[in-house]
Amino acid sequence: MSLDKATVAKIAHLARIKVPEADQEHLAGELSNILNFVEQLNEVDTVGVQPMTSVAPHKLRRRPDAVTDGGVRDAVLLNAPETAEGFFVVPKVVE
Amino acid sequence: MTDLTKLTMTGALEGLAKGEFTSVELTEAHVRAVEASRALNAYITETPDQAIAMSERADAQRAKGEAGPMNGLPIAVKDLFCTAGFQTTAGSHILEGFKPPYESTVTANLWRDGAVMLGKVNLDEFAMGSSNVTSYFGPVISPWSPGVLVQRDAAETDAGFLAEVTAAIRQPRPVQEWQWSRKLVPGGSSGGSAAAVAARCAMAATGTDTGGSIRQPASFVGIVGIKPTYGRCSRWGIVSFASSLDQAGPMTRTVADAALMLGSMCGYDPKDSTSVDMPVPDFKAALTGDIRGLKVGIPKEYRVDGMPAEIEKLWQQGIDWLRAAGAEPVEISLPHTKYALATYYIVAPAECSSNLARYDGVRFGLRVEGGDLKEMYENTRAEGFGAEVKRRIMIGTYVLSAGYYDAYYRKAQQVRTRIAQDFEEAFKLCDVILTPTAPSTAFEIGANMDDPIAMYLNDVFTVPASLAGLPGISVPAGLASDGLPLGLQILGRPFDEATVLKVAGVVESAADFTALPPFVSARY
Repeated sequence: MSLDKATVAKIAHLARIKVPEADQEHLAGELSNILNFVEQLNEVDTVGVQPMTSVAPHKLRRRPDAVTDGGVRDAVLLNAPETAEGFFVVPKVVE
Repeated sequence: MTDLTKLTMTGALEGLAKGEFTSVELTEAHVRAVEASRALNAYITETPDQAIAMSERADAQRAKGEAGPMNGLPIAVKDLFCTAGFQTTAGSHILEGFKPPYESTVTANLWRDGAVMLGKVNLDEFAMGSSNVTSYFGPVISPWSPGVLVQRDAAETDAGFLAEVTAAIRQPRPVQEWQWSRKLVPGGSSGGSAAAVAARCAMAATGTDTGGSIRQPASFVGIVGIKPTYGRCSRWGIVSFASSLDQAGPMTRTVADAALMLGSMCGYDPKDSTSVDMPVPDFKAALTGDIRGLKVGIPKEYRVDGMPAEIEKLWQQGIDWLRAAGAEPVEISLPHTKYALATYYIVAPAECSSNLARYDGVRFGLRVEGGDLKEMYENTRAEGFGAEVKRRIMIGTYVLSAGYYDAYYRKAQQVRTRIAQDFEEAFKLCDVILTPTAPSTAFEIGANMDDPIAMYLNDVFTVPASLAGLPGISVPAGLASDGLPLGLQILGRPFDEATVLKVAGVVESAADFTALPPFVSARY
């Protein structure tokens, strides 16, 4: 499995990480190495094997359907880079 | 007073109970030790005022006869646990300055039981790494790094024609500095926790383990580290890396201390649906030393190619110790061991890419402006994350992307079932499993950096139990020929931390590991 620059650019876009074109080639090599390393899993026969979803089977405890949290707007906004009138502020999305 | 930093937590509790010293005195001694150990870069944030305030409260509680199990003991917190009002960075630029308005359940449990917070300790960025070199706040230097304490004159020297005059009248200002001949890693990702506990600038520390991040650093610095069964500790308020693997645990200098602290950290938490709803046993009561008749599994697949002979030898030594104590070694097979790392390096990045999607520059942490919202996201994440984190997010994004999910993620989760089944079969033949913790001693800062796969190999013995969610402990077992510590790992059945601790206690007694890191022995 070998990734090309175009695929790296596509993954970077999906992951919302800016990767300058100059770095794409190098990153393609690194990611390809990791993908080649994990290819070995194809040797394992997994026909009929359920994917693991939990370590030990355990039943979830039920709770009453009641509000247990909330009314903490200021705490929620405390670490925001930019806020206004009780909202998060982001760059304009719709022109 | 420096003697107080030599104590174990169990020993300190006795002294506190007898009134030989107060928590304030114990805490002050550790605050000074934190200051004296800054060269290690173990702490990202020191909280001395909070420590003193907490120790005063602990003393008051003890006076009223309300001392909790961890009353008055100063500890360090891995900077992955949210601490209300105190910066929590996860070792990342993207969270620099983030002050959570809430407290993680595990730390809240420790404070409930009387523990005292000395500060927040360094780690690999978002706990991704095995050497603590990926931290935005710089690498941690292991206190085991060879070096000497030198005295130098720090008085300023002037340049120019007055220099001779001032040189004649100035006062010398001698300072002691540590000079390293080699800088070694403390392991990772809980590298700051490991270094602080080994350097005696914390009595213990919280750690987290996703693929070995408690056990491998414990082995590298000669301390005890236990990852309990997945679900024992609540993950609420711990910055998420790979949610199906992340688990908190204590890092201490003795097995008894590990049992003590684990008991405080564990427990059902309605805020984490994966925390298990079962009672927490009295782990200390399990340390009977009686392992007669216990069957100890020795997995033949862990004799990997290229393993140093002295690690092989130490492993055999461990087997002999347990046999001498009345246990019965049995050979077992864990046939899918060789696929564990590849499985891990699909599952962990996949979950990390999903978990780290929340860092977008909108609600908390770093924001780097851009022309529009999307560009703001991309700029923020490009600048906020380091190289290893970006690599893992991108691998995870790829293996979860349309058309590849089944081939990679589903396949990996199926192999994970196989690995877990291997352990289930093995535990029909044995009660615990004994292995080396890591395939080497600590390496130099900067080594293994150009090849991510070589770095990943550090976790070859710890990852399988992480994937299966099993409890595992690393106990210091001896020094290698390079003078650096080596640990042995004991794995147990799900929720059988008690037996794991009991066997660890026997290894600890037999090994009688008393070596001190050079950084500490020079200070004492």
